[in-house]
Amino acid sequence: MERKKVTIDGNEAAAYTAYHINEVIAIYPITPSSNMGEWTDAWSANGMKNIWNDVPSVTEMQSEGGASGAVHGALQNGALTTTFTSSQGLLLMIPNMFKIAGELTSTVFNIAARSIAAQALSIFGDHSDVMAARSTGFAMLSSNSVQEIMDMALIAQASTLESRIPFIHFFDGFRSSHEVKKIEQLSLDDMREMIDDELVLAHRGRAMSPDNPFIRGTAQNPDVFFQARETVNPFYIKCPEIVQKQMDKFAKIVGRKYHLFDYVGAPDAERITIIMGSGAEAVEETVEYLTSQQEKVGMLKVRLYRPFSIEHFINALPKTVKTITVLDRTKEPGANGEPMYLDVVNAITERFMEGNLPFEFPKIIGGRYGLSSKEFTPAMIKGIYDEMKKEKPKNHFTIGIMDDVTNTSLDYNPEFSIEPEETFRGKFYGLGADGTVGANKNSIKIIGEGTDYFAQGYFVYDSKKSGSTTISHLRFGPKEIKSTYLIDRANFIACHQTVFIEKFDMLEDAIEGATFLLNTQVPKEKVWDSLPHKVQSDLIKKKMNLYIIDAYKVAQATGMGARINTIMQTCFFAISNIFKKEKAIELIKSSIKKTYGSKGDKIVEMNFAAVDQTIENLFKVDIPEKVTNKAVDTNTVSENAPEFVRKVTARMIEGKGDSLKVSQMPNDGTYMTGTTKWEKRNIALEVPVWDPDVCIQCNKCVIVCPHATIRAKVYTEDQLKDAPKDFKYMKFKAKDYGEDLLYSLQVAVEDCTGCKICVDVCPAKNKSETRLKAINMHEQLPLRETERKNWDFFLSIPELDRTKVNMTKVKDSQFLEPLFEFSGACSGCGETPYVKLVSQMFGDRTLVANATGCSSIYGGNLPTTPWSANKDGRGPSWNNSLFEDNAEFGLGFRLAIDKHIEHAETLLKTYSNELGSELIENILNNKQKNEADIYEQRGYVDILNKKLKDLLGSASGQKNKDINQLISLSNYLVKKSVWIMGGDGWAYDIGYGGLDHVLASGKNVNVLVLDTEVYSNTGGQMSKATPRAAVAKFAAAGKPGAKKDLGMMAMSYGNVYVAKVALGANDTQTVRAFIEAEAYDGPSLIIAYSHCIAHGINMGLAMHNQKAAVDSGYWQLYRYNPELVKENKNPFKLESKGLKIPFKDFAYMETRYKMLTKSHPERAKQLMIEAQNDVNEKWNMYQQMNSFKPLTEEKSEEKEEVKK
Amino acid sequence: MKLETKYLGLKLKNPIVPSAGPLSKEIDDIKKMEDCEAAAVVLYSLFEEQIEHESFELYHHTTVHANSHAEATNYFPDAGNYTTGPDEYLEHIKKAKDAVEIPIIASLNGKLLGGWTEYAKKIEQAGADALELNIYKIAADVNKSGSDIEKTYIEIVKAVTSTVKIPVAVKLSPYFSSMSWMANQIVEAGAKGLVLFNRFYQPDIDLEKLEVVPNVVLSTPEMIRLRVRWIAILRDNIKADLAATGGVYTEKDILKLIMSGAQVTQMLSALLKFGIEHIKEVLTKLIYWGEEHEYESLDQMRGSICYKNVTDPSQFERANYMNVLNSYK
Repeated sequence: MERKKVTIDGNEAAAYTAYHINEVIAIYPITPSSNMGEWTDAWSANGMKNIWNDVPSVTEMQSEGGASGAVHGALQNGALTTTFTSSQGLLLMIPNMFKIAGELTSTVFNIAARSIAAQALSIFGDHSDVMAARSTGFAMLSSNSVQEIMDMALIAQASTLESRIPFIHFFDGFRSSHEVKKIEQLSLDDMREMIDDELVLAHRGRAMSPDNPFIRGTAQNPDVFFQARETVNPFYIKCPEIVQKQMDKFAKIVGRKYHLFDYVGAPDAERITIIMGSGAEAVEETVEYLTSQQEKVGMLKVRLYRPFSIEHFINALPKTVKTITVLDRTKEPGANGEPMYLDVVNAITERFMEGNLPFEFPKIIGGRYGLSSKEFTPAMIKGIYDEMKKEKPKNHFTIGIMDDVTNTSLDYNPEFSIEPEETFRGKFYGLGADGTVGANKNSIKIIGEGTDYFAQGYFVYDSKKSGSTTISHLRFGPKEIKSTYLIDRANFIACHQTVFIEKFDMLEDAIEGATFLLNTQVPKEKVWDSLPHKVQSDLIKKKMNLYIIDAYKVAQATGMGARINTIMQTCFFAISNIFKKEKAIELIKSSIKKTYGSKGDKIVEMNFAAVDQTIENLFKVDIPEKVTNKAVDTNTVSENAPEFVRKVTARMIEGKGDSLKVSQMPNDGTYMTGTTKWEKRNIALEVPVWDPDVCIQCNKCVIVCPHATIRAKVYTEDQLKDAPKDFKYMKFKAKDYGEDLLYSLQVAVEDCTGCKICVDVCPAKNKSETRLKAINMHEQLPLRETERKNWDFFLSIPELDRTKVNMTKVKDSQFLEPLFEFSGACSGCGETPYVKLVSQMFGDRTLVANATGCSSIYGGNLPTTPWSANKDGRGPSWNNSLFEDNAEFGLGFRLAIDKHIEHAETLLKTYSNELGSELIENILNNKQKNEADIYEQRGYVDILNKKLKDLLGSASGQKNKDINQLISLSNYLVKKSVWIMGGDGWAYDIGYGGLDHVLASGKNVNVLVLDTEVYSNTGGQMSKATPRAAVAKFAAAGKPGAKKDLGMMAMSYGNVYVAKVALGANDTQTVRAFIEAEAYDGPSLIIAYSHCIAHGINMGLAMHNQKAAVDSGYWQLYRYNPELVKENKNPFKLESKGLKIPFKDFAYMETRYKMLTKSHPERAKQLMIEAQNDVNEKWNMYQQMNSFKPLTEEKSEEKEEVKK
Repeated sequence: MKLETKYLGLKLKNPIVPSAGPLSKEIDDIKKMEDCEAAAVVLYSLFEEQIEHESFELYHHTTVHANSHAEATNYFPDAGNYTTGPDEYLEHIKKAKDAVEIPIIASLNGKLLGGWTEYAKKIEQAGADALELNIYKIAADVNKSGSDIEKTYIEIVKAVTSTVKIPVAVKLSPYFSSMSWMANQIVEAGAKGLVLFNRFYQPDIDLEKLEVVPNVVLSTPEMIRLRVRWIAILRDNIKADLAATGGVYTEKDILKLIMSGAQVTQMLSALLKFGIEHIKEVLTKLIYWGEEHEYESLDQMRGSICYKNVTDPSQFERANYMNVLNSYK
């Protein structure tokens, strides 16, 4: 039977099979498995049916723990149920997995395997998550490629139904989950044939039912638990045979043959590797090459890892084997070896001990590879086979890194390559926002589905959310592609953004005769001279072809704006000659129609026009014989940067982090802060320029700047003596800090992302030309050098004395130095201004517990991080534990700090005679209510430390120990501010239980919820903060329910400070809320409206959206301060006017709401009515709260009455 | 008094037609208009530019951040097919036709020639009884002459009238050098009716914010005078039905316009101000006035004070201006 060929990624392949053979799906988003859930949700919403002609239900839960609970419940009630997850998500499912397996329940969990956070979080792939689930009792079936993912998902389901053992079906996160490949799609008939309906009915027959009542999940005592636990053994014994039977059945139906262990290589191989996952593809490719070179090598692919069948395993190995290397993509510190290595050693030893090992006892070594998607290439694999030739091969080795600490790493020749000549290998450098990846995914589909070629696409992103770089790796050709690694020998390289030719040595990977396609605004005649020395030299040396296009011009002319995707895609097809020109254009246009048809004819026409105009603007450039530009040595980071930044961080910035050695890495995940300032990204084409003649010195631009790149300072005139000649300043208009002071507003143009929010909020207009403001956008490049000098000078001007700054005023608060700067957050980010504000106001005494999500990525993702320190070396200390435990993590900070304070105070009192009672009283009695108090306290503690050190000399014994203790604790006597930060996914969903508990604890912690109303980091999935009527993933037809009122829930405790703020609507209220929250000696919760790219808005104008949200009454501004109760005042103060505009006037400013009117117009109308009702009701309630009189107030009034 | 009126070949029960505006966005309001005796309804305008804008916006915001970060392939769910074209408007025409007996006149504001004809055809297919072209162009280009602009108008009318079979009326502004010539050209191009006049909403300036701001002001009764003049002048000089729009509040306004030669009088500001029920009230007063003054039908008074039928036609021309000035003395 001819089956459809599709070009899809691994996640879609898994989701496709799983969707069609299940009835209930419960999920929770986590990278890199999120797309599986999203696919099934979209299919379910569109009414796609499974093989039983039924539409599966898809439910997003509040956590993976919740998802696994729902799965368990659905399974217990007879539904075929599945879920998708990765990493920490799988860990959260483990408790339920034990139960599901213990109850012999059929299910398949599809896992995109990912690293588990240890010294750091990593979203990338390895097997540490699935290995952590080994003991659950789930069977474990591995897929190595996109095709296998689709196949094994079915084989797993058929096997679980027959064996009653639940299955983990896993594949490598990113390398397999995100690799786009042309595969054969299984038909629904294939699935129907594989899935035995009688087994499905048997599964359902085991369901709980009041019509046939039983109890399951009992509690058992020492007398029987053990025996009962052993009852499952026969099922595990039978399981491997069942899986093989299903694999054989699959082979009969579909044709592809699989075995529990598949051997590839020479029949008389002596050196054999054993591996599972995507790395097996690269090993197979290498083995094929090495055997063609008459090397006696082979490899064994492990498919069914649990239950591990020793019999099948031994039988799969050639009898000639002499040396075995077991490759594990995981690390178990402290173990005698990684799990699969130990399994293999055990299997062979057991057989040996039984006396029926069919070959001589081989050498068995184990090695680790590919942690967190570390590259695993034929060169490394060859290195492993070479190692096996040695008399004493290194055991417990690592490959792919340089371990110069414990010397585990193997050497290999990186030049070794086996890329087949006939395979096209293209690398495309693009910007995240220019559509390069989308276009390449599209090209792979066109080639895959329009030719007989095999095709593969893999996409690499940097970790920044603004100005991110993408590199697409595309392979296609007549030979099957098993190259599960990045391209380092390319025959086509495309540079979609001109600036990249300076940043990346992209032609380094080009082979001789390769083609280079460059998008440049420089005309054909002048382009050669515009190329850097290295590019010119490579083009000549490698005899390359050069093509250029001005894609920006074509995009502009055809209305495409910054999206050059279609244009560059057309160039690629025009040059690569995969199809004849006409055919290529026809295929591109057909694909455009398919992709954009639903967005309107005009969009399709615009893209068509771009295709048509591309060809006439594409030119081949003759390569001259001589290099015309001189080589320029440039440092990635300034020579003033700290050594670690120069030697380590700089390599990561350059994209050469793979070359760093183990000894260069901190061993406990501790890194210096404040490194973003060394990474001058220069990503903004336009930057704000200050016009002092217009400026009113309000500092609004400073407070809204998401990247802390626009700053204000007030200083005395004498500071100007070394100022660069272009440095701008004006007289400071206020007298708060003295007479005759100067004011400067300075932009860090090399760090600015060009979001324009500062310009938008600037209230001052040029009186003669009202289109101009006090800050206006100008091209960055001509300003770069001048402003770099100005910025450096600006930084040298002393900061204002913090103790004199009136923080309650927006303007004054913005003279405080931000200790969170130049993060990789999205341009125009709505979260970072709040984060920055915390760092300005309290940064020098702050500890941050950050929930996983956007804020942990822009806050803590290498290479550079934004949390920084002031000139005294003080600044926020930051850590990220998990997604689900952040509130508890932060509470732990407080508990420790409080304990340290208590201990310090006790010791202090003990040694009052030696230290002086006045000093001690000063320290103990200082309430530290404001900056001046804190400054004073620091002074006392300095004196204390000095005294303590003096005392050390004369003290001995216990006293000496106590003094040392006190020295280590004395800094805790200065107030510490604990901030617990995270997004709504954490606060409203996965971490809510913990948050609730922490708020109820009464402890002095400050919680900042950056409420974007969706899971922003993983791509806009619905959370309980998502408002009614808004579209989000898992709410494609608009969220039917209202947003959870987190503030109201917190206020119900009575002793929690709660504020709801929106910087764009009322910056003064925001600033005051932060001050009060921090000052409150108890738990505080600030819910901050954070606009987001997931809202589908113009980020440069987003403060208008914030204002509209408040004006509509949807987002109420309030502060609830329990302190006011003590003053007989209503603790609740409603601070917005509300209901000034209808809710829809706000909502329809945003695509998240508006798109529903285009997809489900009637539902949109209905939901909008309901959403308006929500607003009205909520507003009414808050108004009533605003007029409440506290009980104490009434009582006091009563007393007054009595007196009268 | 008989109120029956013919307009664009449609038989109307009276001359009051709610003009294009927000009131026709809800089917319930259209039903209410019928219940209050409106003779026909001109639906709110379909703006090609707005459709394009919304389509681009949707495209931009749902794609601009896609595939730019490892953790998020995109930020919006695939909601299947979007209604990004004029479908919503066309559906509205169909619903309005199903809901009421009175004629439904669609209103169209195009951008490019292709858009005008494409959407006109779709409107016809959706079942509209007639089409009003709302040609709204501000001649701000110093390189474009008056005749260039006039040509554009004529091209649009020709293109649309040769594309659809339903009658087409054209809503014009009064800002042509030769209004009569232009009116005639439009009719020659195929228009069956002229709707006089379109009001260009004039921007305002916010002095505090130093910004140009939109400022929608309802029409005022004195505005009908301009309509009276041109309807009276054009009544017998062009072969098309004339509709008055702008400033129609009372039965007296209607009487004046009908006497000048209007077939129908369109109302919007009055309905926004007083409610849809206002139609009924005005109609009652209109009948009362007609019967009190012993008119048998509207046709009897229609055009009775037009350019041709008045004693001194120059009253509608420059002489009228001089009289106005003199009246201040």
